Amino acid sequence: MKFSHLFHQEKTRRQALVQGFVVPETARCVQCGICSYNCPIKIDVRRHAWLGEPVKDSHCLTCGECVTRCPRGVLRFERTHLFSSPNLEQVHD
Amino acid sequence: MRQYVIIGSGAAGIAAAEAIRSLDHQATLLLISDDPHGYYSRPGLAYYLTGEIPEDMLFPFQETDFHKLRVRRIKARAVRVFPQKHQIELDNGTKIDFDRMLIATGASAAKPKIPGIELEGVVKLDNLDDARHILKLSRKARSAVVIGGGITALELVEGLVARRVKTHYLLRGERYWSNVLDEIESRIVEHRLREEGVQIHYHTETAQILAKGSKVAGIQTMDGRQIACNLVAVAIGIKPRIELAVHSDIRVERGVMVDEYMQTSAEHIFAAGDVAQVYDPITGKSVLDSLWGPAREQGRVAGLNMAGMHIPYTKTIAFNVTRLANLTTTIIGAVGNGRDEDLLGIARGDSETWRQLPDAIAAQANFDVNRLRILIGEGTLRGAIVMGDQTLSQALQYIVLRQVNIQEIREQLLKNTASLGDTIADFWTDWTTRYENARQS
Repeated sequence: MKFSHLFHQEKTRRQALVQGFVVPETARCVQCGICSYNCPIKIDVRRHAWLGEPVKDSHCLTCGECVTRCPRGVLRFERTHLFSSPNLEQVHD
Repeated sequence: MRQYVIIGSGAAGIAAAEAIRSLDHQATLLLISDDPHGYYSRPGLAYYLTGEIPEDMLFPFQETDFHKLRVRRIKARAVRVFPQKHQIELDNGTKIDFDRMLIATGASAAKPKIPGIELEGVVKLDNLDDARHILKLSRKARSAVVIGGGITALELVEGLVARRVKTHYLLRGERYWSNVLDEIESRIVEHRLREEGVQIHYHTETAQILAKGSKVAGIQTMDGRQIACNLVAVAIGIKPRIELAVHSDIRVERGVMVDEYMQTSAEHIFAAGDVAQVYDPITGKSVLDSLWGPAREQGRVAGLNMAGMHIPYTKTIAFNVTRLANLTTTIIGAVGNGRDEDLLGIARGDSETWRQLPDAIAAQANFDVNRLRILIGEGTLRGAIVMGDQTLSQALQYIVLRQVNIQEIREQLLKNTASLGDTIADFWTDWTTRYENARQS
């Protein structure tokens, strides 16, 4: 995979639905609340980030609003049941 | 039944409360804070200033969350601890007994010794009241001067710009945050600030703040220039709030000294967060951080130990993600050195460990507005800065934090810096695949 391609990767809704759900990386989060504020259906994404839990809420539209708005790159889409990168939360073990 | 007292309602205090409650369901848990607003996201204040979030979004916990934790909140300032008597005294004269106590008082803005610093219209950004005050003033202010460095100074600059206040940013030296960023990175930030309409004044030191009556009217520089303004915002660094420990004969240096279990020199009294000075096994020194992640983790470990466990806190390589002039920036490990003239010691969102530039070679790559800089050690990466696109930041975070062996790509990284990003992306893809395979077999 070329790096330049990674840069222009667009997170369209279609892609997102295929890719699964929003996953937080707690170590980056400062609980500012921009994610929860921008969620069109008012899921408390910030709480998920505090607890380190993926947004598995069945109502989640995977619209990507929280992923895009987060100023600290806390949130990303992760595929369900497929390859996942090593869990960064473990660095605090 | 045990009584736990936590002083401070920031990330460390809340994490400690959660940890204690996870082990001790019966205990009484008191959270004492002199911030009238209790627990809110201090970093979120930057986005409150820019108008990206309304004030009520700053509070991560609802009343029901505190209720579930069964925490009793008290608005007061703790003035002294009597370690032998296991008692603390509050500013209202009340004395409270404790079995275990945590000092998580955080840090507050350092105050420069500039004539006029007490005038109306001189602001800092420590807490929600400060942010409210800035917003109130910025409704009337036509122009502002920002003095200082690091992340908070930029938060002030960007908040004021967003509120349509003409902003002058004064730098003592020739570039922004010179002991963490390299020259190109500083220039990227400065360029973007100028595009937003900020006027940057280099080599400019404030001699005094000028007054009209009791209010700010402008500043005068050391070389005699005057800049008219209605608001002066100051962010020259922070100081851990160690007064409580000092008055209680608990050992302090720059912060409250703690052992690996986050316990202070006084038995049963712990410290965590911005106020704590923590041993760093990598450098062999005790250092200060002002970062949300470590504060939360220290609070958690302190809380568990207060409730009877015996778990050491292992300081990891410090990293932070922040926004500099609207550019998401991740800073990992050792990336700079020396001191920044605009700051006294440490700032918010800062770690002293970032300035311990190792014996490493820097490699860098730029593309559009994005920038990547890595510090290549013997067989590992010692630090990294990712500005703009964050695609690689998680990989680099892991590679630096876990000291992943990069021997196989070291030559390539040094030789061909143009393809730095590709090399790391390919390496990471390979490495995670191998890791996954090894884990499954």
